[in-house]
Amino acid sequence: MTKSSKDQNKRLNLDMAAANGLLSRRHLLNAALGGAGLAMSQSLLGQEAGVKLEIPAWSKTPGPGTSPYGKTSAHAKLERQSGFDNPFYPGGGASRSPLQHLQGTITPNSLHFERHHAGVPAIDPDGHKLVIHGLVRQPLVFNYEDLLKYQMVSKIHFLECSGNSGALLYGGNPDGTAQSLHGLVSCAEWTGIPLSALLGEAGVLPEARWIAAVGADAASMGRSIPLDKAMDDSLLALFQNGEPVRPEQGYPMRLFNPGWEGNTSVKWLTQIKVTRNPLQFRDETSKYTDTMPDRKSLQFTFPMEVKSVITSPSGQMSVTQGSIYRVTGIAWSGAGSIRRVEVSADGGQTWGDALVESQQLDRALVRFSIPWRWDGSPAVLQSRATDSAGNVQPTRNSVIAAKGTINRYHNPCIQSWGVNTAGEVTNVYV
Amino acid sequence: MFTFRRLLKTCALFGCSVTVLVSTAQEQVKLGQAITEASLAEFDLIAEPSGISFPAGSGTARQGKIIFENRCSVCHGSNGEGNSAATVLVGGDMKSLDSPLRTVGSYWPYSSTVFDFIRRAMPANAPKSLTDEETYQVAAYVLYLNGLVAEDEIMDAKTLPQVRMPNAEGFIDQSHIQ
Repeated sequence: MTKSSKDQNKRLNLDMAAANGLLSRRHLLNAALGGAGLAMSQSLLGQEAGVKLEIPAWSKTPGPGTSPYGKTSAHAKLERQSGFDNPFYPGGGASRSPLQHLQGTITPNSLHFERHHAGVPAIDPDGHKLVIHGLVRQPLVFNYEDLLKYQMVSKIHFLECSGNSGALLYGGNPDGTAQSLHGLVSCAEWTGIPLSALLGEAGVLPEARWIAAVGADAASMGRSIPLDKAMDDSLLALFQNGEPVRPEQGYPMRLFNPGWEGNTSVKWLTQIKVTRNPLQFRDETSKYTDTMPDRKSLQFTFPMEVKSVITSPSGQMSVTQGSIYRVTGIAWSGAGSIRRVEVSADGGQTWGDALVESQQLDRALVRFSIPWRWDGSPAVLQSRATDSAGNVQPTRNSVIAAKGTINRYHNPCIQSWGVNTAGEVTNVYV
Repeated sequence: MFTFRRLLKTCALFGCSVTVLVSTAQEQVKLGQAITEASLAEFDLIAEPSGISFPAGSGTARQGKIIFENRCSVCHGSNGEGNSAATVLVGGDMKSLDSPLRTVGSYWPYSSTVFDFIRRAMPANAPKSLTDEETYQVAAYVLYLNGLVAEDEIMDAKTLPQVRMPNAEGFIDQSHIQ
């Protein structure tokens, strides 16, 4: 930050939280925020807004009535972002949540990220079966209607693909947005039956150590899950944010493993085989394994790391000199709750504590913010999360130093958003 | 266990009034219907590394070449060369200086996975359309293309899981970190 901008901030009576324009959180708490707009109200500066206030047209005509299933406003342009269709991979691919257009911590069901290995199966719940067999006293089959009669639990948890943010490891992609770079994370309330209840009903034999979970999609996507996890907090999820799990999320039922890489939460769950050893499926050997610089590959890397990303301002946005912004983003950890989020505007040289705006739930997204006044000079915005286990989000350089650049999975590194003198925000590497 | 007595004690300790929300764990209903493993013969398609759950049947690479040409080569090429890095099945070297090409031959640690994946997920446009016999033949051909079995070597429930993969020792199990 230049000397003149320091003087300017002093004149404006702004308390600084860190260098390059990061302001004390009290400026956020005191300021009147105008909707979800990026720039903060000028009332902070005590100036007359100069807005002519009158009754708008829509306040003078009755609107349409009720609707059977509500839609988002036509003015709210919210879309998942998909890759290109690959004719050699029918139904395969991923779509990403529009993180930069969302607030709070819950991802609307229509915008929850997707990853399919053979498309979304059209499942009639009356024809869907869940089988539990293998090393159990009594193999069982469950119907959907019967499963709805079980006592359920509801938990708010994030779900993140272990390939999320992988592009940052090889660099490039200056046009990346929060969505395109980090949109393979979402958060929802998942309601379902503790898997331990169903495994208990079948009676797990003492020699069992793993379960194999297989989906009813065309790929019969399977993953091996340690029995300890399955008996601890794995959920057979039937509802997502209060409604039946969406088809693209596994309707009529999915496995949900809190805090673990998304691929283990097998969708369209139809088979659980209790076993002594892991099954060595394609998606836990050829894929979802992390090759290190010494060419050994880490297998069964389950928990997702502590992580955060600033969602606004972020890639492809722009800022105006002299304006005050609510820098905001999300943070999460597979190891517990988020304890602290810090923000830097000078590429990590100085940090200020952000305000955590949401509940700090176990393995769920939190929303953070900090006010920032852009003085027109180049800036690099970063966020850094710390979780309840004491894990601190690492820099990109330290992730690369530890795990190299062959691997594309489990990258929790700090995102840097560069702001140039024209106010353009881009993905940068520092 | 966090007993009721301990709860009362804790409340007394922190001076909070004892308004205990009773949420006793209810006995779950038990609505699973009993089945036998035998009833899963056409449902359980998992082929385990031990070979235990492999189906009957057998095949050789020579037989598999024809099916591969008809059903697989559109994506994987006639000789497993693929039409992209995602579909190449042969070659690669984990010791290369550049980022290694990871294929069945260079990367996959278990031969059982080749059979298991083809059986359940391939061909991508018509999964589960190969017979068990054809699956053995195609799996044998993919292993043959990687120089891991001979052209007329018979692959079945006993022999296929025993095919040694070059990168079998290339993995470190992290499942203890949960």
